[in-house]
Amino acid sequence: MITWLATLGRAGLASAARLGRANLLMLAMWGGLPAMLRRPRLLLDQMFSVGVLTVLIIAVSGIFVGMVLGLQGYYILSRFGAEATLGVMVAASLVRELGPVVTALLFAGRAGSALAAEIGLMKSTEQLSGLEMMAVNPQHRVLTPRLVAGILSMPLLAAMFTTLGVYGGWFVGVGLLGVDDGTYWAQMQSQIDWHEDVLNGVIKSVVFGVVCTWIAIFQGYDCVPTSEGVSRATTRTVVHSSLAVLGLDFVLTALMFN
Amino acid sequence: MSKTTQLEILVGAFMAAGFVALFFLAMQVSNLGTVNSGDAYRITARFDNIGGLKAKAPVTLAGVEVGRVLDIYFDSKDFRAVAVLGIYSQYNQIPDDTFAKILTAGLLGEQYVGLDPGGSESVLKEGSEIAVTQSALVLEEVIGQFIYGKAQEGAN
Repeated sequence: MITWLATLGRAGLASAARLGRANLLMLAMWGGLPAMLRRPRLLLDQMFSVGVLTVLIIAVSGIFVGMVLGLQGYYILSRFGAEATLGVMVAASLVRELGPVVTALLFAGRAGSALAAEIGLMKSTEQLSGLEMMAVNPQHRVLTPRLVAGILSMPLLAAMFTTLGVYGGWFVGVGLLGVDDGTYWAQMQSQIDWHEDVLNGVIKSVVFGVVCTWIAIFQGYDCVPTSEGVSRATTRTVVHSSLAVLGLDFVLTALMFN
Repeated sequence: MSKTTQLEILVGAFMAAGFVALFFLAMQVSNLGTVNSGDAYRITARFDNIGGLKAKAPVTLAGVEVGRVLDIYFDSKDFRAVAVLGIYSQYNQIPDDTFAKILTAGLLGEQYVGLDPGGSESVLKEGSEIAVTQSALVLEEVIGQFIYGKAQEGAN
């Protein structure tokens, strides 16, 4: 009984300490911002590996999610004779929910895991300690550009996902199933609000970008420096990011669209 | 082409594509590109019952959208609902004895305000009030009246 209680207490203290380390790391990374602005080259490299390399999976998924929405929406709406509102349905679900959330999940899987594995390997091969030996702050030099690149890339990727999704729904609805082209766009424009829907979706994707990148960097930086530790960090990154995104999405939705 | 410039071009193209997508969402998907309610004049109309009318519902004249419902509030003096209608300023020739009624698009669709122009020489301006209105058709009341009428017929 006592040992059981002790185990529980240890686990609780360990997670509290981890949370504290994560927050301290976040603060330290913001401290590296001025140094990073003096070397934009570092940010550019990270924008490439975090943003540009993720475009393909985002684009393909966006198109297919939009096409599925168009198909499912058409079957349900045509039962009530309301095919005209297909554009609203596709755009509203993409702009408000699916765009930010699915992009964040894919981002965590594609970019987050790569970040965690890269930083974890840097730690286990003692490259980070090497930087420190040369009086270079590894948090500022290595982590800050990655964090900023993640935060900048996420909203742009989510916007691409949503745009391609709207076109995917348009292709199925208008191109294949015969919904009127003008109605598809006109209903969408009259029902989707720039502030309420689009900007709130962008805010969501920025928040998800911060959270996913933060988790990935922290897991990589905090991993046990062995091959097993790096593999665990990668797994944890994807699991924690996905859970955080889905949980935060509920909170943000409740705050924004009540 | 050196590796450096290639990387710069790819990242630049990525940023540009992202901003183009955001711009598309603003102009093509949402209402930012369509209606500018800034240049509209406000008139009010009092209704006994507004039914399911909501702010942002369209205001139409002869089926053409000429404005939007900006605000709806309750007047506690005469127990009527006041709808503030924003009419786009290019439609500044609407007579001041115009008739406003709340209509429904389709059987179960969204409710909107329909205007029937009168014959007066003077026109509606900022702050004018529409005197003659017709309330929303509440489906339960209509059905209730119908059943009541049938029952009356049966009794006779």
